[in-house]
Amino acid sequence: MESAAEQKTVRTTAELVALVEALIFVADEPLTAKLLSEVLDDDRERVLAAVEELQREYESRESGLQIREIAGGWQLATRTEFHEEIRTFLKTRPSAKLSIASLETLAVIAYKQPVTVPEILEIRGVQSASAIKTLLDKRLIVAKGRKETVGRPMQYGTSKDFLIQFGLKDLSELPSIEDFEDLVQ
Amino acid sequence: MDQEREQYNFDFHKENAQIVRDSESVNIKIGDFAGPLDLLLFLIKQEQANIFDIPIARITEKYLEYIRLMTRLDITVATDFLVMAATLIEIKSKMLLPRDPKAVEDEEIDDPRQELVDRLLEYEKFKTAAGMLYERATVEQAVFARGPIESDDNTEVDASVFDILTIFQKIVARHVDEVKMEIEREEISLADMLKTLKRRLFEEKEISLLKFFEEMHSKRELVTAFIAVLEIVRTESVKLMQKVTFGDIILRMSEPPALAGG
Repeated sequence: MESAAEQKTVRTTAELVALVEALIFVADEPLTAKLLSEVLDDDRERVLAAVEELQREYESRESGLQIREIAGGWQLATRTEFHEEIRTFLKTRPSAKLSIASLETLAVIAYKQPVTVPEILEIRGVQSASAIKTLLDKRLIVAKGRKETVGRPMQYGTSKDFLIQFGLKDLSELPSIEDFEDLVQ
Repeated sequence: MDQEREQYNFDFHKENAQIVRDSESVNIKIGDFAGPLDLLLFLIKQEQANIFDIPIARITEKYLEYIRLMTRLDITVATDFLVMAATLIEIKSKMLLPRDPKAVEDEEIDDPRQELVDRLLEYEKFKTAAGMLYERATVEQAVFARGPIESDDNTEVDASVFDILTIFQKIVARHVDEVKMEIEREEISLADMLKTLKRRLFEEKEISLLKFFEEMHSKRELVTAFIAVLEIVRTESVKLMQKVTFGDIILRMSEPPALAGG
């Protein structure tokens, strides 16, 4: 590691920030610190510092764009305030929302993963087959192998797309399920 | 805390759930309930009852009224709703039974409603979590990542079973042409083939299915290899990628998604 470090091209912080910005711009998925430091052959810490610097730059000049931390990486995206004008320009409407049944099923899967269909039924009290199909089609959940129990039922968990579509850095960012208990009463 | 409460406690049924009150009028509005537990929670709230002391006779009556209304409107009542109706009636009848006078007084008398209450409370947590997800998704729809650029057009297309089949047929066809001397060969079992495939996938991270199938010596081995690929796709977290239609398919280990600690 030491000898490899010596051979690295020494970039100034400004250069690194600019490079990180360029890479985040071209990436079609949130770019992870690991991938950034591999591609740039630079220390993870330096890369992380560069991303933070970049975030600050965007914030300080009140840019229409932001560097968002999402699904374990960074993404260049518009600021929420401008969604109306952007929709007018793109001539699009927000995509159809998930049904209550799908959202509930997704919530159970997100908090209980890996979880099987019978386990979801037990919590929801209703068959969830069509909701699971919708969630699989939308790539919000993925099969996570079979549970070694009677019938070897398939287990499901949330996908990276789930993190992206729900704006989560990782699963630990979800509020604890026990927190909802206090709100219920 | 109050702010949070408002944020998460929004009501999915605000607009469409006035079932019972409006049932006499011409415009019957039927709530779209996600399940029997959802309906029960709604009825308990509507009756302003305490979830820990559910007036089971009244709630059962309201519940059955709703089910009857659905039947009258020719809405297929899902079996799960009927199962709950049966459960409610069972609890109701248990409550009517006189208590065993011999029961030890110190012991907590089993409330026949307890299991239902536990289920309702557990369900309500996830219902609230679903509301939270709904809000997150709404906020996310106000954020736009940049549009696709040049390189994005070449992104990998997911391959289906039929794509694998096409590749497979191509290779079978090629095998027909090159008939070699028939030599008794040790037959490879599906388990062995799976093991080989898993090891290769682990070592090489990605495998070209075209190449993998080409390594097979007989039709029988090919079929075994094909089934092994289907099996591994079904049981392991792997991805199938195809860059061009009818092109080669790459089998790749998919990255384990970040799991929350604890």
